[in-house]
Amino acid sequence: MSWFRKPSSTPLWRDEFPVFTAGERYVNRRQFTKFLTLTSFGMMVGNLWILGKAMLHRPALYPRVPVAAMDEIPVGGVKIFNYPSSGDPCLLVRTAVAYSQKCTHLSCAVYYEKEQNRLECPCHQGFFSIADGAVLQGPPQRALPRVVLEKKDGQLMAIRMEEESV
Amino acid sequence: MNTNPPQNRGLTAIDGAMVLIIVLLIVQIWLLSATLESFLAGHREAALPGAIISVILFAACLGLYRFVDRIDSEVRRG
Repeated sequence: MSWFRKPSSTPLWRDEFPVFTAGERYVNRRQFTKFLTLTSFGMMVGNLWILGKAMLHRPALYPRVPVAAMDEIPVGGVKIFNYPSSGDPCLLVRTAVAYSQKCTHLSCAVYYEKEQNRLECPCHQGFFSIADGAVLQGPPQRALPRVVLEKKDGQLMAIRMEEESV
Repeated sequence: MNTNPPQNRGLTAIDGAMVLIIVLLIVQIWLLSATLESFLAGHREAALPGAIISVILFAACLGLYRFVDRIDSEVRRG
């Protein structure tokens, strides 16, 4: 098996050039097999990269941010806020639950559907439970990341994001 | 009596190996997407078994490629 060729050896084109039709079938199949093996190598690297990310993972530090006053939002009302950074929109629904507003499918903004009491992603009709953010229907595979809230002195505070989704 | 010429017999073996590699690749693609979904959902414990199985699948593909290469060398290059 030759993965790397020596510079002084026969040129590759001469080695690969099929003189007979039968030889051409062999070359085509061998080259296709090599391509498939390299694809397999790429996917193995992908899996190892995920493993590396998982092993190097450190729990994130989340700020405590006031989101809203308890009486600020009417029952069934919603408020959009950013947490943990200004680039992460979240949705607070009055029953005191909050989720990331980014759909776990393709990051479209989800909104609260009051009649059905669920969260809806209008891009591809994904629906999430208001109780725990789990996927009810549609293409998303993962639940919405939940913002953990704390009630303090009449204020709702965002304290962290839930690491594991349901 | 086997009337299949030796060169075609080599091709049959290579075709068989190719089909096996394709099956292994399909499993590996599924494994990668499933591991990624689990990782993004916060289930990091799935990463290690995913990586081990992926390494095994790649080793199997490499073994089959070596087999194809050997058959090619024996039949075509003499």
